[in-house]
Amino acid sequence: MSAENHSEETPAEEQELPLVLVLRPIFPHFHDALATKFRFLKPWESPLPRDEFLAAHAGAVQALLCPGPTPVDAQLLAYLPRLELVVASSAGVNHIDVAACRRRGIAITNAGNAFTDDVADYAVALLIDVLRKISASDRYVRRGLWPIKGDYPLGRKLGGKRVGIIGLGSIGSAVARRLDAIGCTILYHSRTKKPSVSHEFFSNVTDLAAESEVLIITCALTAETHHIVDKEVMLALGKDGIIINIGRGALVDEKELVRCLMEGEIGGAGLDVFENEPAVPQELFHMDNVVLSHHQAVFTPESFHGLLKVVMGNLEAFFSNRPLLTPISE
Amino acid sequence: MESLGVLLTLPMNPYLEAELHRRCHLFRLWESPPARRKDFLRANAPSIRAVVGNAFVGADAETIDALPRLEIVASYSVGLDKVDLARCRERGIRVTYTPDVLTDDAADLAIGLSIATLRRLFDANRYVRAGSWKAKGDYKLTSRFSGKTVGLLGLGRIGLAVAKRAEAFGCPICYHSRTRKPNVNYKYFPSVLELAANCDVLIVACSLTEETRRIINRGVINTLGPKGVLVNIGRGPHVDEPELISALVEGRLGAAALDVYEHEPDVPEELFRLENVVLTPHVGSATWETRKAMADLVLGNLEAHVLNKPLLTPFL
Repeated sequence: MSAENHSEETPAEEQELPLVLVLRPIFPHFHDALATKFRFLKPWESPLPRDEFLAAHAGAVQALLCPGPTPVDAQLLAYLPRLELVVASSAGVNHIDVAACRRRGIAITNAGNAFTDDVADYAVALLIDVLRKISASDRYVRRGLWPIKGDYPLGRKLGGKRVGIIGLGSIGSAVARRLDAIGCTILYHSRTKKPSVSHEFFSNVTDLAAESEVLIITCALTAETHHIVDKEVMLALGKDGIIINIGRGALVDEKELVRCLMEGEIGGAGLDVFENEPAVPQELFHMDNVVLSHHQAVFTPESFHGLLKVVMGNLEAFFSNRPLLTPISE
Repeated sequence: MESLGVLLTLPMNPYLEAELHRRCHLFRLWESPPARRKDFLRANAPSIRAVVGNAFVGADAETIDALPRLEIVASYSVGLDKVDLARCRERGIRVTYTPDVLTDDAADLAIGLSIATLRRLFDANRYVRAGSWKAKGDYKLTSRFSGKTVGLLGLGRIGLAVAKRAEAFGCPICYHSRTRKPNVNYKYFPSVLELAANCDVLIVACSLTEETRRIINRGVINTLGPKGVLVNIGRGPHVDEPELISALVEGRLGAAALDVYEHEPDVPEELFRLENVVLTPHVGSATWETRKAMADLVLGNLEAHVLNKPLLTPFL
């Protein structure tokens, strides 16, 4: 991996900071921290349309920083002939054409474990909320209904529930650890069985669903996992089943999910992600057995701080020819 | 136990009520209007040998005094603050409660409330349901739960269960209780004020007694501070409620999750507008599974009493 500095250098001139292409504005805090070590190429500051700007100025760019899920597709890559590194600011890289990058020998780094705790906490919070009706009964209280209509309907106990985790990577394992302490029985599906894990493995998601009372989706979105939770899986999960999605919206067949919820084919859902954000199916708004949030599982100062360290660390490693901190696994 | 006259204080569980009706001689306290309650008790006192109460209406001194044949109070709750224990002791009346069966539910709720409060889950729900989510990447930063220091006020069954769960989130645990607990690795603080000064999330999980009434007062609330979170799964009277409200409104306290209130089911309306609170209607044990287990314990205790066998879960 080349650490060649592409700016003109004479013995008298100071070496310029390494150049990083960014496609949209970064959070000011991030920007200021990174600006102490890197220079940014910012297409949006130019009057030229993006593609013209890139054609004119990005020929020497070796590193691309992706704040937010801006797509990195083959068309964009074509404007970046010297690109060697894409630094993503998320755990998921489904917005990046991984195959095209692999063909060009471009490395990709992601958020590593910066978000793991927050996402795992959020999945557990969504599950407790759905089963114990926390948000729904909170609404009931705030509408002044407790003195008028009496006690809120009973919820369901978490202890002893069979929880199927789809994807047992860092986030899935962190969820498992928390639910284990709560007394749930953990089952899982993953591309391959994990030899060091004692939880029961299912090679097939439908079989996992049939044996579970809760499904928690924590896997990456790829071509293979698109709609991994489909009608068959939902029907196998059954009338009392709960689905928690903190992965990506497209991991679930959303239309089918809405239909199953409306018809009582499954028992409830906790959703932080949707297929066409920010659009959320309005049928869900009136359901008390559904908890909704706006893709905010990672938005804590702690996660952002962790992300900044990872982004900074990966860029520094790249430009000084050291191993990357969080390259994605193939 | 058909001859056992049982006074049920409130409609608390249809299964329990049906079983009591089927197996005992059941008197329903709420069937008499409040103004006629004394007459109701006097009229039925010769038959009533047992009272089944709960966290809302138990067996106070007046009720106990009106029932000369009362032998046992079987509470459908683990908290006994609504039972006049001194009176029961004086009269040799047995008292049973429902420990253990609701420990998990109460602890799960405490954890759920803690995360929901820090991560503003209620607010997120409201935001999405109002159709306000118009742009991707629209967010507010909320505070992480994992790794926060959890302070337990009370390290009994429920406190310990909360601690065990919080440890799985990497939370350091500290506690205050009447006495230091042997065989426990958590850091002990000899006062609630010191506990508040040393934790991020303070969870009330002790029983309500004369000593713990308003134990969460202005000093404790101010010490917990603008980033602190109070979670009350104990009893409403543990907290100086008006003080709590003004602290939340003024930002002297970061956030609170309340499952219990001073005058249930009345919840001060000033709380309804706040986004830094989570309000649940006393649902600590409110699951099908646990309420059935609690009902079975009440029935089992009454049966044991009638058969002169050892009570299942006696407190007195």
